[in-house]
Amino acid sequence: MDYTLSVLVENHPGVLAKISGLLSGRGFNIRSIAAGETEDPSVTRIIMVVAGDDRIIDQVKKQLDRLVDVIRITDLTGIPSVDRELALVKVSSSVSRRAEVFQIVDVFRAKVVDIAHKSLTVEVTGELGKVEALIEMLKPFGIKEIVRTGKISMGRGEAVAEKGGESRA
Amino acid sequence: MPLFFLGAGKARMTTSGRLALKKRTGAQITFDSFLREGVEVIFGYPGGTVIHLYDELANYPQIRHILVRHEQGAIHAADGYARATGKTGVCLVTSGPGATNIVTGVATAFMDSIPIVVLTGQVATHQIGNDAFQEADILGITRTCTKHNYLVMDTADLARVIREAFHIASTGRPGPVLVDLPKDVITGEAPLENPEKFEVRGYAPVTMGHPGQIKLAVREILKAKKPVIYAGGGIIHSGAQEELLALAEQGQIPVTVTLLGLGGFRGDHPLFLGMLGMHGTYAANTAVTQCDLLIAIGSRFDDRVTGKLETFAPSARIIHVDIDPSSISKNVTVNVPIVGDAKNILARMVKILKEQGDVWKATRKPWLEEVRQYAAEHPLDYEPSQDVIKPQYVIQQIHRLTRGEAIVATEVGQHQMWTAQFYRFTRPRTILSSGGLGTMGYGLPAAIGAQMAFPDRIVFDIAGEGSFQMNVQELATAVQYRLPIKVAILNNHSLGMVRQWQELFFDKRYSETSLDVQPDFVRLAEAYGAVGLRAERPRDVVPCLKKALSIQGPVVMDFIVDPEENVFPMVPPGHGIDQMILAKSDKKARRVVPLTFPS
Repeated sequence: MDYTLSVLVENHPGVLAKISGLLSGRGFNIRSIAAGETEDPSVTRIIMVVAGDDRIIDQVKKQLDRLVDVIRITDLTGIPSVDRELALVKVSSSVSRRAEVFQIVDVFRAKVVDIAHKSLTVEVTGELGKVEALIEMLKPFGIKEIVRTGKISMGRGEAVAEKGGESRA
Repeated sequence: MPLFFLGAGKARMTTSGRLALKKRTGAQITFDSFLREGVEVIFGYPGGTVIHLYDELANYPQIRHILVRHEQGAIHAADGYARATGKTGVCLVTSGPGATNIVTGVATAFMDSIPIVVLTGQVATHQIGNDAFQEADILGITRTCTKHNYLVMDTADLARVIREAFHIASTGRPGPVLVDLPKDVITGEAPLENPEKFEVRGYAPVTMGHPGQIKLAVREILKAKKPVIYAGGGIIHSGAQEELLALAEQGQIPVTVTLLGLGGFRGDHPLFLGMLGMHGTYAANTAVTQCDLLIAIGSRFDDRVTGKLETFAPSARIIHVDIDPSSISKNVTVNVPIVGDAKNILARMVKILKEQGDVWKATRKPWLEEVRQYAAEHPLDYEPSQDVIKPQYVIQQIHRLTRGEAIVATEVGQHQMWTAQFYRFTRPRTILSSGGLGTMGYGLPAAIGAQMAFPDRIVFDIAGEGSFQMNVQELATAVQYRLPIKVAILNNHSLGMVRQWQELFFDKRYSETSLDVQPDFVRLAEAYGAVGLRAERPRDVVPCLKKALSIQGPVVMDFIVDPEENVFPMVPPGHGIDQMILAKSDKKARRVVPLTFPS
């Protein structure tokens, strides 16, 4: 099963390396990791999706909490949350087939952000399922390149974002 | 109007404001900070990037610097100092090779939770990342073996960082903290700052155990018929030996300890079972296998302790007291976890237990009787000899002649396990041994650290001839500072522990474990300016030790011991601790414990 953790860390150089190093060094499996500044510039929020079971995730949280640079860990798994991912997909497309691609892009409410003679680039934002579905639909045209941000999540409402699932042992 | 920068100490507040504006160099700030932290000794080795620190050092006569002969010696000496005193050890080395040479020692301290602040020099900030001379990314290298590490990029941050480093190293679950100091940060200037208040928002160790959990734990203890306490290094770090004794006596609970827990409970106490695990006593391993309640305190269920997890305390409920939440339920699922400092938690458990009176204690009698039987059936033992020195005999004589009061450092291997078994430690902070990482070459420098802290106590390094050669250069350090360390080499002309495995599990195919080619340790000691002694027959052992103890300076004793002697009991790797080889005559591990599972 995949677990989503929202981790607040000090915004220092090397902190991301500390976290990814800890997870890989202890054999934990990261599906995706996305980091960015928060409302407080001295704090970075990292959203990571980790594969495992309850016991493994419990260890991930405890080990992360041991790091001095980690300020707070919130487990968003199973908590009502807004989940998004952004993907850029470069699709092979001759002039004759462009219309088909545009049609699919329309249905998914995605956007074409670049066009060249033999390809075009699609930008899609949404929950993981939607991104996956679009990529699946574009495959027959020939996918040249995919860039994905990894999932970002935010708990719905105020109570969840502040306290829900918080891990501060 | 006088300007005060962040309240520069009380004495300075009375002087003029101008003083507070005065700038200090990074080197001065470093040593000012050390004085404030109460640092008395630094173990170090100079080099290009730290040359300005060494230049400034002369102005701080209150701080003693010990010049080792290899940086690994410095970090182990700081570790030994910390283990023997409970204070934070300090180590100072240069960049590049100086920094990489301490990595083994940092990992050693990290595994055993030893508080050390390590200062490494670094190339100047503008050179970082350019593969400059003697540059190494020590922050990256030590990321997974430090409790925390810092690269200081601005002299103005230095005082705060050092304050934080000492705080983080010594509180919670202690550990090594590394501070990387670029050359221009050391030479740079900043206003004198005295950060009395500081906040590390990601670091807040829980020390007070949860009252509800403590009550639950006591209820478990009262309910249990066959409880055992399994105590680790946390007892030592917490200074909880008296509370542990009170809990054992008040609850009538037998106690086993890990290698790092030795000395946390008196080795001659009737409730003491000895060490548990791979080379644990029959009594300890059997009691743990049979118990219905295991009370783990400041221990982390290391694989050398538990053996195969499925058969470790199979019918027990488990209470786990630990200051590190990540240790709880890491390897073994725990029924009653209590996060916090052992000292206050045990004290509160004892208080609640006392309120129950003493009547129920009688119900413990059958269990204590059963445990006594285990100890009587298979006590720690070896076959004495008139012809060849038995290593265990040497350790027993060291124990006798030092009245069990010496500080004993060990290297790693057979001699380490024999020391754990036969030197009955009765006081905390008297055994210095690399448990988690198992670092050969640890003992001699660790003994140097301990002897620096306690010049008047007897400090031994019990060694094998393999381990001793790994940091033998530190004999020069011992000679230079006139440290009367007694090194007892139990010389079996082989890498004994690996040889033992090869004998027992690899059909006696002895691959690369012979150390027949070795220096003459007596003359080697003399070459360094120490005294060398040798004993080849059992009758020479006591005179040799007595002579060594009568000499004021460092002594190396070369005991030529039985090369065939093995450490028993032994739980074969991959087996449960209910299966032990008890003596050489055992062909293979016997399941010596009749397993009983409650319905």
